[in-house]
Amino acid sequence: MTTTSARRTTPEGAIGESPLRPDGIAKLKGEFEYAQDLHADSMLWGATVRSPHPHARILSVDVAPALAVGGVHAVMTAADVPGRATFGLEHPDQPVLASETVKYWGEPVAVVAAEDEPTARRAAAAVVVEYEILQPLVDTDEADTADEVFRRMTIRRGDQRAEGAVVVEGYYEVGMQDQAPLGTEAGLAVPDGAGGVDLYATSQFVHVDQEQVVASLGLHPNQVRSHPAGIGGAFGAREDVNLHIHLCMLALYTGLPVKMVYNRSESFTGHVHRHPARMWYRHHSDRDGTLVKVEARIVIDGGAYASTTSAVLANACYFAVGPYKCDSVTVDGVGVRTNNPPCGAMRGFGAVQVCFGYEAQMDKLALALEMDPLDIRRKNALATGDPMPTTGQIINTPLPTLEVIDSLQAMPILDLNLSENPVHLPGGTGLTTDAHHVRRGVAYALGIKNLGFSEGFDDYAQARVRLTPDGAVIETAAIEVGQGLVTVLAQIARSALGISAATVKHVDTSLIDSAGSTSASRQTQLSGGATLEAARQLRGQILDDYSGDDFDDVGVWRDGELVASFEEVATHNLSKTVTFRHPPTSAPDAEGQGVVHADFAVAGHRAVVDVDPELGLVKVLRVDTAQDVGKALHPESIRGQIEGGIMQGVGLAIMEEIVIDQGVIKNPNFTDYLLPTILDAPDVEALLIEKEGSWGPFGAKGVGEPPTISSTAAVAGAIRNATGKSIDRVPVRPQDIAFG
Amino acid sequence: MIVSFFVNGEKTTARITEPASLLDVLRDQLGLSGSKSACEQGECGSCSVMLDDVLVCSCLVMASDVEGSTVVTVEGIATRGLHPVQEAMHRAGAVQCGFCTPGFVVTAAALFDANPAPSRDEIKEALAGNICRCTGYGAIVRAFETLAEGNR
Amino acid sequence: MIAHHPRTIAEATSALADGAIPLAGGTDLMVEVNFGHTRPEVVVGLRRVSELAEWDGNRLGSGVTWRRVEESGPRALAQAARTVGSPQIRNAGTIGGNIATASPAGDGLPFLLAVDAEFELVSNEGSRQVAAREFFVDVKKTTRRNEELIAAVNLPETLPERQEFGKIGVRNAMVIATVCCVVTRDSNHSTRVALGSVAPTPIRAMRAETMISSIAMPTDADLAEFARLVSEDVRPITDHRSTEEYRRHAAGVLARRLLERCLR
Repeated sequence: MTTTSARRTTPEGAIGESPLRPDGIAKLKGEFEYAQDLHADSMLWGATVRSPHPHARILSVDVAPALAVGGVHAVMTAADVPGRATFGLEHPDQPVLASETVKYWGEPVAVVAAEDEPTARRAAAAVVVEYEILQPLVDTDEADTADEVFRRMTIRRGDQRAEGAVVVEGYYEVGMQDQAPLGTEAGLAVPDGAGGVDLYATSQFVHVDQEQVVASLGLHPNQVRSHPAGIGGAFGAREDVNLHIHLCMLALYTGLPVKMVYNRSESFTGHVHRHPARMWYRHHSDRDGTLVKVEARIVIDGGAYASTTSAVLANACYFAVGPYKCDSVTVDGVGVRTNNPPCGAMRGFGAVQVCFGYEAQMDKLALALEMDPLDIRRKNALATGDPMPTTGQIINTPLPTLEVIDSLQAMPILDLNLSENPVHLPGGTGLTTDAHHVRRGVAYALGIKNLGFSEGFDDYAQARVRLTPDGAVIETAAIEVGQGLVTVLAQIARSALGISAATVKHVDTSLIDSAGSTSASRQTQLSGGATLEAARQLRGQILDDYSGDDFDDVGVWRDGELVASFEEVATHNLSKTVTFRHPPTSAPDAEGQGVVHADFAVAGHRAVVDVDPELGLVKVLRVDTAQDVGKALHPESIRGQIEGGIMQGVGLAIMEEIVIDQGVIKNPNFTDYLLPTILDAPDVEALLIEKEGSWGPFGAKGVGEPPTISSTAAVAGAIRNATGKSIDRVPVRPQDIAFG
Repeated sequence: MIVSFFVNGEKTTARITEPASLLDVLRDQLGLSGSKSACEQGECGSCSVMLDDVLVCSCLVMASDVEGSTVVTVEGIATRGLHPVQEAMHRAGAVQCGFCTPGFVVTAAALFDANPAPSRDEIKEALAGNICRCTGYGAIVRAFETLAEGNR
Repeated sequence: MIAHHPRTIAEATSALADGAIPLAGGTDLMVEVNFGHTRPEVVVGLRRVSELAEWDGNRLGSGVTWRRVEESGPRALAQAARTVGSPQIRNAGTIGGNIATASPAGDGLPFLLAVDAEFELVSNEGSRQVAAREFFVDVKKTTRRNEELIAAVNLPETLPERQEFGKIGVRNAMVIATVCCVVTRDSNHSTRVALGSVAPTPIRAMRAETMISSIAMPTDADLAEFARLVSEDVRPITDHRSTEEYRRHAAGVLARRLLERCLR
């Protein structure tokens, strides 16, 4: 025990390596417990009564027929909500259960608890709701004119009269995308027998769920504990409350545990979607391609309730120019209220929509100037020390836009030969297309987005690092949605503490303060930051306590001699709890100016597509990328984020759209809401650009969203390049190419 | 009605009162929650099982129809330890949220048990009925290409 | 609920006569069940009727799965089979199920229409042969009576020498057809064109067939006229999957391409 030969200075599974997921084997064996899999003795099943109309007045609700169904324990309506009648992530404007009017298709009107799921669903169907159908407001222009708005945003920077020698203009449109996490909304609420409740439900942010449950149930905060549960993907769909309050109401009313699982079509109404957007752009440049002025008008449809529309709109406006220098910027944005499905967070959060617009404009400008598309981007590339073109905020963390461009240019285009195998051509196994029908297109797109929360929000994450005989345990309420937080927090703790054994333990809201939301690409930086600081403090204390100069898997060392074994140190139940905050931000002024963001990330994509122009079919062959990651803590996970994010971007580019007719979703199922299959997946070559200097742990930046931001724009650009068609709308439909 | 069948080698009975799916019976009656429900219409493959040695979506099998049949779920894919397809996915980082993973495991096991060294195209076409929303499929393809390569 | 598990066609038709709902691969019926659209109380499972799975030359038992058709069916039917749902669906779904469901988008149906297949319907009262063109009446409506079982599909003795299938969908796999099409051509130039997803039932493009069947060596102009006639012959609608205009256009383009392949 006192030998120095056993000494190892570098822990296994530290940052920069790609250790295997700790939950991987359980997931591969089907043993990992998701919210869908929860079970409690005497458990009831819940079901939801939903509005079949996008806008209607509720004249009456008759629950008697549902109560008459054998095995039904409770039917609850708006009148039974014990506390605040509404909820909402930013503004509590959404009824827990609709009382007077329903404002979107699928809005919950009543909830039921019964002995099993089929009975609960039958009982829900038996509730008789009498509606007076009202005209739905579905047009964004009409909503704007009627001042049905969640937020208007104005950005004025620089000389508003500036004009360029070359001007290009365009209208662009983005359809409504669904996050479509494979696990639908699910949860279990268990009454604690003392008037309180424990909630285990799909979530990206358990503390904000807990606050909303507390408010609507009229309980004391310590009576509601929200527990992280196993999540089948998220992508923004789980930031807002959906079944959480309902479950707790039913559980407290019946005195029994209640479980609810949305089916797929309910899931399409049970969470918010990516905002559809309509954009007008006018770009001015000098003859040499230098941007002189960018004007934009952006309209996003927030649907019936607020969710995060205000923040998404702000983001769309802040990133409306992209990662480009420009000293004269005019942006007007509006997020309107309609009777369409509510929209909110989805990976990229407003930055995706505008990227499709501004990158189409950059290509248009390059064409007008007869410039290479990469050269015009290089000429205007935004860098550290520059002001953000929209807010004027000086960028003080690394922003390697130029490196991204140069890397993309240097990457060879692999697999250039046109395949003779029709399965590799547009149309795939449908055998629609022969090689001679195909035209190839290539395009580039760059995207930029903030990391972490903005506009003065007090953005923090708490984590606790505890030393146990089994190693370090990182306690957190941060949600693992599949991205690998459980892996990276352990790596950070290993590197900072100097030991190899570290695991992440998810704890409920009563045991730790908030980690904030698993969104905005923020957990690696925020919860990672808290973990790093807690681990450093813990190491500091251990070294202090034993007057040591090093600590590793063996124990505490002083001058090369072991002074305390690991086992000895671990008996003291040492722990450090740290709340980490990123650099403060502030709300914008009336012209959208200010230090609004904490950090930024930039990425670029090059898409290579084969198009059958006559039939309008597309095969995305490759999407290569270079991404600013700060410091790659787990390179393989980053690659996973990049490939997965690109796939969602490709989906938005060519197939994923919630089709709405007069407020009604026409395709709330996986037969008609098409997700890319493995045969639709492009090959991806990813280059990680590491430029340390961000405030994230070891200089790391969030990596989850950038892959989704400009991949859509790159694919759309490549289709444009292949066909010469305008392609001013995504998803690009076959008819848009064939007739466009 | 009572339905008797074999699940993962064990004789099992289930009481059927509804025209329920095999998936529902596996999950709700037999406690085999490894098979996942994500679309209820055979469009995602998350509920894939082997029914009488044939790969199917258990959400589209009426539970009453498995009388006397043999069912293998993700829980029974490996007799001990991990099946090579599980090992390959784990090593390649092909698991993120993991909700689709059991379906990929069963589908890939069916592929590799029939054809130990499939080509890249064969791998992709065999997995075209399994949707993954997290990985973009890159790591999944790499996992099985590596496995196939090792089997050659 | 009650489920029958007959071993013979006679047992199956008895159950149907008593009002049981037929269940083959389950890939259509279970979607309806899972979505709460139907809740059959009495079901007759056809999986164990070995006779239905027999495939003898040009007679395909209705229980033949798409997987088997994909492996050993006539060229264009095998091409269609490869596009039916996913591998899992093709392992379970049967040709009889596709016929009975009679979706306008049924991938296997244009081929059956193009070659004048006949369906063998059996009930306790006896059996009858119904031509494919007389079977499909409207969207998911057929001339099959509830007590009748589709026992087999009879293909003609001689199948067209050249036959090509194509299917347009927005995704490269597992997709409902926006348009699907079969073109067949014989050495005597007799040409058949059948399409799916462009009318309430699978249909033939009769005018296009007549026009092109009389031409031994079609010119580009003939092919263009052929495509135009196909586009005119179809009766598509606009829905959440596509538009009338696109389907009309795509039907003509696809039919022409398939014909060109037949001519090669």
